[in-house]
Amino acid sequence: MKYIPTTPEEEAKMLAEIGINSIEELFEDIPEEVRFRGRLNLPEAMSEAELIKHMRELASRNADLETYTCFMGGGVYDRLVPAALAKLVGRAEFVTTYTPYQAEVSQGVLQSIYEFQSLICLLTGLDVANASVYDGATACAEAALMACAHTRRNTILLAEGLHPEYRLVVETYLRPQGLTTITVPMRNGRLDMEALRDHLSKDAAGLIIQQPNFFGCLEEVDPVGQAVHEAGGLYIACVDPVSLAVLKSPGGYNADIAVGEGQPLGNAPGFGGPHVGFMATKKELIRRLPGRIVGATVDTEGRRGYVLTLQAREQHIRRERATSNICSNQALNALTAAIFLALVGRQGLKDIAVQSLQKAHYAYRRLCELPGFEPVFDAPFFQEFTLAVDQDVEKLNELLLKEKIIGGLPLSRFDSRYKNWALFCVTEARTREEIDRLVTVLGRLRRRELT
Amino acid sequence: MTQQGVPLLFEKGAPGRRGYILPDLDVPAEPIEDLVPAELLREEDPALPEMSELEVVRHYVNLSRRNHAVDVGFYPLGSCTMKYNPKVNELAAALPGFARIHPYQPESSVQGALELMWLLQQYLCEISGLPYASLQPAAGAHGELTGLMMIMAYHKARGEDKQRTEVLIPDSGHGTNPATAAMCGCRVVTVPSDERGGMDIEILRKSVSEKTAALMLTNPNTLGLFDENIKQIADIVHEAGGLLYYDGANANAILGISRAGDMGFDVVHYNLHKTFSTPHGGGGPGAGPVAVTEKLAPYLPVPVVVKKEDGQYALDYDRPHSIGSVKAFYGNFGVLVKAYTYIRALGPNGLRRVSEIAVLNANYLMHKLKPYYDLPYNRTCKHEFVLSGNRQKQHGVRTLDIAKRLLDHGIHAPTVYFPLIVDEAIMIEPTETESLETLDAFVEAMISIAHEAENDPEVVKGAPHTTVVGRLDETRAARQPDLAWRPPASD
Amino acid sequence: MYPSELRYSEEHEWLKLEDGNRARIGITEFAQKELGDVVFVELPEEGTVVNAGDSFAVVESVKAVSDIYAPVSGKVVEVNDALNDSPELINEDPYGEGWIAVIEVSDVAEIDSLLTAEQYQQLVEE
Repeated sequence: MKYIPTTPEEEAKMLAEIGINSIEELFEDIPEEVRFRGRLNLPEAMSEAELIKHMRELASRNADLETYTCFMGGGVYDRLVPAALAKLVGRAEFVTTYTPYQAEVSQGVLQSIYEFQSLICLLTGLDVANASVYDGATACAEAALMACAHTRRNTILLAEGLHPEYRLVVETYLRPQGLTTITVPMRNGRLDMEALRDHLSKDAAGLIIQQPNFFGCLEEVDPVGQAVHEAGGLYIACVDPVSLAVLKSPGGYNADIAVGEGQPLGNAPGFGGPHVGFMATKKELIRRLPGRIVGATVDTEGRRGYVLTLQAREQHIRRERATSNICSNQALNALTAAIFLALVGRQGLKDIAVQSLQKAHYAYRRLCELPGFEPVFDAPFFQEFTLAVDQDVEKLNELLLKEKIIGGLPLSRFDSRYKNWALFCVTEARTREEIDRLVTVLGRLRRRELT
Repeated sequence: MTQQGVPLLFEKGAPGRRGYILPDLDVPAEPIEDLVPAELLREEDPALPEMSELEVVRHYVNLSRRNHAVDVGFYPLGSCTMKYNPKVNELAAALPGFARIHPYQPESSVQGALELMWLLQQYLCEISGLPYASLQPAAGAHGELTGLMMIMAYHKARGEDKQRTEVLIPDSGHGTNPATAAMCGCRVVTVPSDERGGMDIEILRKSVSEKTAALMLTNPNTLGLFDENIKQIADIVHEAGGLLYYDGANANAILGISRAGDMGFDVVHYNLHKTFSTPHGGGGPGAGPVAVTEKLAPYLPVPVVVKKEDGQYALDYDRPHSIGSVKAFYGNFGVLVKAYTYIRALGPNGLRRVSEIAVLNANYLMHKLKPYYDLPYNRTCKHEFVLSGNRQKQHGVRTLDIAKRLLDHGIHAPTVYFPLIVDEAIMIEPTETESLETLDAFVEAMISIAHEAENDPEVVKGAPHTTVVGRLDETRAARQPDLAWRPPASD
Repeated sequence: MYPSELRYSEEHEWLKLEDGNRARIGITEFAQKELGDVVFVELPEEGTVVNAGDSFAVVESVKAVSDIYAPVSGKVVEVNDALNDSPELINEDPYGEGWIAVIEVSDVAEIDSLLTAEQYQQLVEE
């Protein structure tokens, strides 16, 4: 049997050793009324060769980004990835190990997490980071819970510019504990300061803002933070780690907690996962931080080594009073992010950010020249921008697919108020040729539409 | 394993050294200050490493050699189901048609991915005996959270959410169970185990009331024992108006042999990274899909993958009673691909055989080791069993020492000090993918440690002796937290 | 090991009545040993009003967490800030430098119901 080494002779030998006649006897303690006596209604086993063929067939019915040119972002980005990355992340000693419970035989994983935490601190400009959470959305939710616990207040303000799915996840996490969320609207693509002041009350535990925001715009992070702090709330910034090579760090604008999605750091788009959420905060809040944390220490002979630490915050010790119930996290995706950062390095990350910025602005200028494409906001942006299109964006995207192009994200799927808005994303992975082709094809499609 | 310490990334490289170079910018460049207001720009570059590709490669290859892993050696970590992770799973998940697709692509362009998810939902429903499923939760604890949120939404719809705020959890339960209950605003009521290691029925009877929201249970439980009273337990909770949550951490024992739905559970989560062979990656990613009864289906998180009448697959967001979303997008899709591949590789007979051999292996080890170690619950176990190190404690050797001494044998330690109800617990789960030679070598190692504990306890107490570092000072790590490297200038 | 001038609770706290109704509180030698190396102490805020039996502080070791219960009712008027930087004081000097808080006792008579050193010793030896 596949993956099971036991031969019939060995099975017989083991049964004899135990002193029973059949495996069935090992299941006799399961009462008949809960025994499943049928045969699972699942497809029959496949040989490896058949299986590979089947998987290739399923995969072939998806339009992958190797064949299609992607102008879609909205939280998941198509970026260039160094060839060495997959080789290193794929090493079996990383892939097939469990949570590092036995530190002496897990120094590789532990050190890599310590380095990941360090890299996140460097990018965010904050003091401490955890070993990861599930994704950017749950990082926001965990940060919201931290803020409520710390301030003992019960409302979290969410900037409208925070990813709509992230807002939904925060609401979902907070509701069972009787905590509420309020979405503070935007004005011209950025958080409306007046509306913010209206909502900052003594109930507001904090604000989550996204930089660059979901619509691509850059928020005025300094005055927003000041207003939140004056009202006694925590300031939580949800950031794109790549953008931090050029944009001011959350520590730089005095955010209390920085969270974000680490997918852009070398993790495959993968239909939305597995990705990796990161969380960093100031020293004072360290005991509120959920999830695993690795610390450096020494062994009995004074050699440097790494261990899981501050574990009394966690579910396996504090049980119902833990900071969170999280146990498994996204360690391998965090490792991917760390290796990516090591490979591209200090200058490389900056080049990626600057090229994305330049290419997005080039695409923006070219697209805005097309009739029927108008910018929705005039706020500064990083690598994404929202355009109002004079036709149905989803239909347009179906036509683009035929040209092997994945078009801008139709924002009407999140809110009917965003009707006919398309969020375009241009990273360093797009070439001028691809951008020019997008513009040409869109121009042609529109002419065809009109005639 | 390499003996020499590996310096940190930040202690390697040289200013200006590059490991990766982008193509030249091919669009007209504008001054950055014209594009981004000065007050939003970073003043100083983050002090990221500056290394050559080879330096990075050596760094991580050397780190990897400082890990134990399933592909390196035996890993009998109880409740973690460290079975072999088939390589074809990795091959499938890395196909560009799965790894390189965007979650917001038009549905028409991801029909293969949606079909895979829909089929996996059906398979998990069949395996659990429950009719509906969601693949969104990213891990077991995340599945627990999703399941309990659905249970609370169900009580709310019946106007009972204010009243039903107690979650019953056995004293042998995983720490995630009470932590999850707290995240759902519930109070934990602990139910003790009886002398056979099952749930104490009489105390359960007294513990349920109109306040009961749910009971969270794993069966077989964390002692590796099947609770024979499960049907009665389910009836008691249901009669009180509560629902039953099945923590599927131990599902590897009963695939195709007993189903959570048939036992009376209303929600179940599976840890795909345990039962369904997806690798654990040093702590994740996992996946914790949930399957539910008909009455909980309206509360499933959005979106749900559906098959339309025309045979096309779609994402359904139009579910007014849904609890919301527990994660962005649809789940840890790459992990789902691997679990799907595994189920297709094994088929119905293969899955059943998995559990049969997992249970045979555990009983074999238990039988071989019980002369040497205390066995607090001496009855047929399922996929794992729990020894106690009490006998060795008399010689001053603690379970922790036994665990560390196993590392010297090239074997990962079992789960220790859990479940909490067994003194000096040693929880052993061999899985079905280990050969008889490996099992026998483990038995030999455990017996030799038992002898050492008696005759040469110091060698056990000083273990491990052969690993890249010795025992680490955890007290120092917690008292003087050093959690990140800092650039020298900022000190 | 259990100074006779102190009173003790069954939850392993000690109490020392100082001038008037001020009572200094800490954990016993037995408790610190059971916990192992203390790595963090969550102190109450000054001014907190507590009832006898309330959890009012938390002591963490590497692998365990313990609630500290107020042995008497009253108001927390002083906390041992030194524990923030040196939680090991609890291990090194549980009856001295390792004290946790001072409570202004609302009813001094409550103290009579606490154990004497002799009674406490008996309790932990059982």
